[in-house]
Amino acid sequence: MAMTAKRITQVTDSALAPLFKSLHSLRTMWQRAPKWARATGYLFVIVLAVLAPAQSIGNFMAPQSDWRTILFYPIGSYILLALGLNVVVGLAGMLDLGYVAFFAIGGYSMAVLGVNYHWSFWEILPVGIAAAALSGVLLGAPTLRLRGDYLAIVTLGFGEIIQRVANNLTITGGPTGISGIPHPPSVGTLSVLSYGVLDARPYYYLELAMIVLVIFFTTRLEKSRVGRGWVALREDEDAAELMGVPTFTFKIWAFAIGASVGGLSGVVYAAKVIAITPENYPLLLSVLILVCVVLGGSGNRIGVILGAFLVAWLPERFRGLANYRILIFGAILVAMMVFRPGGIIPAARRKAELLEGRGGGAHLGGEVDIEQPGSTPEV
Amino acid sequence: MLLEVKDLRVYYGKIEALRGISLQVDAGEIVCLIGANGAGKTTTLKTISGLRKVSHGSVTFKGGDITSMPGHQRVTLGLCQSPEGRGIFPGMTVMENLEMGAYSRKKKESEIIAADFERVFGLFPRLSERRKQVAGTMSGGEQQMIAIGRALMAAPDLLLLDEPSMGLAPKLVTQIFEIIREINSQGTTVLLVEQNATQALSVSNRAYVLETGEITRSAPASELLNDDFIRVAYLGE
Repeated sequence: MAMTAKRITQVTDSALAPLFKSLHSLRTMWQRAPKWARATGYLFVIVLAVLAPAQSIGNFMAPQSDWRTILFYPIGSYILLALGLNVVVGLAGMLDLGYVAFFAIGGYSMAVLGVNYHWSFWEILPVGIAAAALSGVLLGAPTLRLRGDYLAIVTLGFGEIIQRVANNLTITGGPTGISGIPHPPSVGTLSVLSYGVLDARPYYYLELAMIVLVIFFTTRLEKSRVGRGWVALREDEDAAELMGVPTFTFKIWAFAIGASVGGLSGVVYAAKVIAITPENYPLLLSVLILVCVVLGGSGNRIGVILGAFLVAWLPERFRGLANYRILIFGAILVAMMVFRPGGIIPAARRKAELLEGRGGGAHLGGEVDIEQPGSTPEV
Repeated sequence: MLLEVKDLRVYYGKIEALRGISLQVDAGEIVCLIGANGAGKTTTLKTISGLRKVSHGSVTFKGGDITSMPGHQRVTLGLCQSPEGRGIFPGMTVMENLEMGAYSRKKKESEIIAADFERVFGLFPRLSERRKQVAGTMSGGEQQMIAIGRALMAAPDLLLLDEPSMGLAPKLVTQIFEIIREINSQGTTVLLVEQNATQALSVSNRAYVLETGEITRSAPASELLNDDFIRVAYLGE
């Protein structure tokens, strides 16, 4: 059985090899490209993103639904959430199964402060981010001493608890939630900056700006001392501590930063949809965002964005296939994990970690102690 | 005295892994801890470097009490451990691994750090040839060299080595012990944990014998090498 699986892997590997190889050479080309070429590349992507809501693109991308709405949620929101979760899972190597909690905290900050206290969007935004970050720290401080599976279970519980709490508190409106959430204030008379009910574009552009900011911020962070500490922490926590990485503090940092991106995305989401209920924050969303990260390539920002886009877009594009689309989607996910465990665009390091048999899988709760080659004498 | 451990007790749950261990290491020495599997050798090292919590007793380094200091701060005091087995960063290159060793050192030390790189490459020419290779793809012996080299990049006064010969071919084992002697002659004090008692004793000044969490013997290494009981129990003769 195992043998056949291996053979299938090899066969498919060789069939898909040219594709993956070209992906790989594309990456090396990109890394070696001069600064101006990369700047042009980034500019091109941003222009593409700005033009994305155009009707002609929408006709192809989402013939059965409103493309602009889909661009905001799920596509844009998933990308933002996946980028945040990538800090926790991809960079620091911790498994968080309750990430939706921070999305909810951001959302309820927007709803409660906006409806009950009449704060404006821009006043609530920093509060929502801070509330999510704070809850990340409060959750992290006692639990981040746990590893792998245990951390996963605790975060899973946290996600559930937040939803239950929202379901039972009066201030959150219980099961009926909160409605009448204010929109962000409009800027000037430009239609793309007038936040109303019908046009989803202004929200999409707001989200796009946030995505660009988060990418910029996390890229800087990854290249910093903290980022190097995260890599060490992910690959071998004990060794990292021995080398002087304050592992516990850095784990809290990763958790707080991931949480604040989740909160940010929650505030933006609630500001568009007018009404939120606890049902907007199911466990499934945590799982889907994790799928975005792992499918795209945990630790690789471009991969994660691509993964989030596919997870959000594919089910909408193939709406015509009705319920079969979820089945097909599931099959694709399973196939991906068999044939390309590092994700569509795996992070360069992750490959070596997976090869080693520990690092890559360890943070996902599966620390498998394979027979270590070092235990047999070698010359 | 560089390091002093007094009546150290460490628990894993309800199991007492260390039952009151006391030992000392003076500057300039090579001291080794020998003992069977599960005797508590690795636990002792991990406790000294701050990875395990102490329930009783104290650890003193350079005259200061570090019993409850977190591990990552102990590095800056000049205490660094090379972990057991494959305790390297598998996804990083050789160079990146070594750079992680200097993680806690200040940027203005960059000239001294550069000299330390040369020192490590002098000790391990093999690493110099493979600076850009990803560490996880290298052999057991090479990974051991990375682990030791990485610890040296922290410029420790006391180097803790956990089973440096584990899983290596006999020829490599001899080489690793020669390198340990060389590191010591360059001025680094070494505390060594080994199952390979013969080799460990022949490079060490002094040794402690550990049995089920307790120190049962403490003597100059040469004395233990010629001791009948030790020869039977640990040297396989």
